[in-house]
Amino acid sequence: MSADLETVARRAVEAAAAAGATDAEAFAEEEESRRIRVYQGEVESLSDAGGRGVGVRAFAGTRWGYAYTTDLSDAGLADAGAAACEAAAVADEDEWAGLPDEFGTTPVEGLASPELASWPTERKVELALAAERAARAHEGVSQVEAAVYSDVDASVALANSRGFAGSCAVTQAWAYVSAFAGEGADLMTGLGVALGRDPGELDPEAIGAEAASRALALVGARQPESRRCPVVLDAFVAASFVGFIGGMLSADAVQRGRSLFAGKEGEEIAGPALELVDDATDPAGPGSAPFDGEGSPTRSTPLVQGGRLATFLFDARTARRADRATTASARRGSYRAPPSVGTSNLVVSEGDADLDTLLAEAGDGLYVTDVAGLHSGVNPVSGTFSVGASGMLIENGRLGAPVRELTIASDLVTMLRGVVRVGAPARWVPLAGSVKTPPLLIEDMAISGV
Amino acid sequence: MSLVAPDLAERAIARALANGGDLAELYAEDRQGFALSLDEGRVEAPQRGREAGACLRVVKGDSTYYGYVDGLAEPDLLRVADSVAQGLRAGSAGEPGAALTAAEPARGHPVETAPGSVPAGRKAELLRACEEHARAAGAEVAQVRVGYAESHRAVEVFNSDGRAAADDRTRLRLSVQVVARRDGRVETGSDTRGGHAGFELLEHEPEEVAARAARRALTLLDAVDAPTGRLPVVVGNGFGGVLLHEAVGHGLEADAVQKGASIYAGRLGDQLAEPFVTAYDDGSRLNEWGSDGIDDEGTPTRRTTVIEDGRLTSYLYDVLRARRDGVESTGNGRRASFRHLPIPRMTNTFFAPGEATADELIGGVERGLYAVSFGGGQVEPATGDFVFGVSEGYLIENGRVTAPVRGATLIGNGIQALAAVDGIAGDLAIATGYCGKEGQSVPAGVGQPHVRIRELTVGGTA
Repeated sequence: MSADLETVARRAVEAAAAAGATDAEAFAEEEESRRIRVYQGEVESLSDAGGRGVGVRAFAGTRWGYAYTTDLSDAGLADAGAAACEAAAVADEDEWAGLPDEFGTTPVEGLASPELASWPTERKVELALAAERAARAHEGVSQVEAAVYSDVDASVALANSRGFAGSCAVTQAWAYVSAFAGEGADLMTGLGVALGRDPGELDPEAIGAEAASRALALVGARQPESRRCPVVLDAFVAASFVGFIGGMLSADAVQRGRSLFAGKEGEEIAGPALELVDDATDPAGPGSAPFDGEGSPTRSTPLVQGGRLATFLFDARTARRADRATTASARRGSYRAPPSVGTSNLVVSEGDADLDTLLAEAGDGLYVTDVAGLHSGVNPVSGTFSVGASGMLIENGRLGAPVRELTIASDLVTMLRGVVRVGAPARWVPLAGSVKTPPLLIEDMAISGV
Repeated sequence: MSLVAPDLAERAIARALANGGDLAELYAEDRQGFALSLDEGRVEAPQRGREAGACLRVVKGDSTYYGYVDGLAEPDLLRVADSVAQGLRAGSAGEPGAALTAAEPARGHPVETAPGSVPAGRKAELLRACEEHARAAGAEVAQVRVGYAESHRAVEVFNSDGRAAADDRTRLRLSVQVVARRDGRVETGSDTRGGHAGFELLEHEPEEVAARAARRALTLLDAVDAPTGRLPVVVGNGFGGVLLHEAVGHGLEADAVQKGASIYAGRLGDQLAEPFVTAYDDGSRLNEWGSDGIDDEGTPTRRTTVIEDGRLTSYLYDVLRARRDGVESTGNGRRASFRHLPIPRMTNTFFAPGEATADELIGGVERGLYAVSFGGGQVEPATGDFVFGVSEGYLIENGRVTAPVRGATLIGNGIQALAAVDGIAGDLAIATGYCGKEGQSVPAGVGQPHVRIRELTVGGTA
């Protein structure tokens, strides 16, 4: 399959060249995916799907355009190549545009598990049902709204007019359960989630139990009083913030004046305990790959070391613009969009404090298990934010009464500097992008309730 | 031009039903798009795309088996049909489904100038003109981003009940985002114009979109910190309707209702708001952003009254959930693309105009918040709890709009907020949004006239 895809990508590059491109690159993708949703012990929906397509980036000197198609025939590829060249003619000159100067691949083991293919659909259905049952088995769980199992078996190939051609195969399996506890206006939601390279890595009992315990913990939640206090972010919430911050470490955001971290390279931006890496080579990372979206070999890039901002993330264009080297951070969401600068897997190194220790250090404060509206609530330029949250009070170093309908407010820089302790263990949170993080203790935040 | 010949649709549906099923459906789509943006004074990232594909599903009892594929060729469709049937392995062979005719085109939304017929160079000029207007709004305008996107979707839906419907959908959208800077202060403002319409939508003063975005950003430079506490809130018309969309609309979607995951479950007929409150979901509204000729199950779009004189009158249904409740689909079965299953989704959701004026609503507030525009919002349908970031807001003091505020957040509960609506103006406007649910993003019109809510929790940065 991969060899064929490489051929498709090469032919698309040739098509663009034939249409007049001075340089060209093509990204081809083929995938099979399954998704199983169960409800009340029955299959609610089950899908088996295939997809394939190719996207072509054509350069006309320093202008570039993009086109994609699901038609991989010679005629389809010729159309896409011509459409990309035609699009390029509309763009303005961009002195930094162009393919990277060097190409290559980094061997990353374990991206695809042969186990996935050996799982019949029935066993996957059973896994989803087991996760649902596990959540339901907890007293106080009133409803399991969804239990979903999903997997994908994908191949991607990249080729360009400078002779690079590469391909790789990836498998991914994940499952989640969304459970309710309580009744009526006091219905609380809890999410349990896990991921792996194949379904054998997913523990349905743990997923169900996580959903149940997160929902049950919030039963009876009330609006707390407004105050300032220490805050512990659980891994889910920490991951939301880390993902958002990761986006602002893109050199593209920085160069376009859209990052509050602009000009802060080398400066202390976080508490000294915080270590953050963008690692595209972690075998367990959903964002791992041997080459990035434009053929640069992937690597692990330290972003925050001892609280200092080590570097931004660069692709070929932003690197050229800043007179730097790429960090192989060109990302492809799918063949339907051109590459853009982004994170692969954001990994926060775990500290030595377990959750109880973090809570004890917080003393009196707030343990946040959910935030809503992060993307609308953060001013991307100033970093000030005010987001809806729910969780539990921390009283005398232990978890106390559940709370909801509150906002937590701060700004990202103050919050990062306020990371006084990094917890353990770290876990993968595949909710928005790919992040692995432990819980974090923040010295002080404003809570707004009644 | 037809995407799938009726005899092929019939065969694919028959094969999908090989192991039984109550309903089988073929959804086919050919989508073409073009997008272009301007940033840092440079027209960039022109992109053109074409994708064609199909989704086949079989419904049996409460279970749905489906598959999708890139491509509309016979082998593609039959392979998916077989794999879907494979999902129902345990079943016995079913009836093959009704005979099908060619897909009947839906009553469409008139398009004067197909966007694809307009030279790309003219679209680039449009972006440049927008930038120029935004920059002209003031020396403090520091950054301008302009985006243009058009799409054309040809859709066909066939099912085993004999449905054969087609729709031709043209959408375009212009969006402008402006950053204003003064000393250390940085503020953003944005505005959009879009519709289920052709390029004519952008012929008339498109620069207005840029000017409004710039004005918002510049106004915020003088913003004070948002107040906190429980306050009366007047919500602006147009994009202010996102409040209704999030806090009420999602709870009326029948999938959430049937799972007991909505605070509105079992409340049909109940008086939930003052008698002057009426609200609609209307996917047939001419040329509106969230409108289509048919929904993605082939049901003609229509106006559904969801709240009439304060009473809850209807939920929003797709075919599947309607069958379960023994009612007709309200034409709300929508999907992001052929890669997704249809689920109940809003189209254009808005409060009907009332008899007050915006000035009267504001005039009646001693101290409160005037929320003109939201940066986005989120709701937990199970409880109706919502949170919204206010992207443009002002203080109301002694019945007058005074200082702009920044960083305000509205936190509350949909059913309580609905009951607390104590005034509606007559100035209905509908804005263009994208609504996300279960990983599917669809265009949704949000709107309302000016609406006053007696009291809401305002969380600020202060």
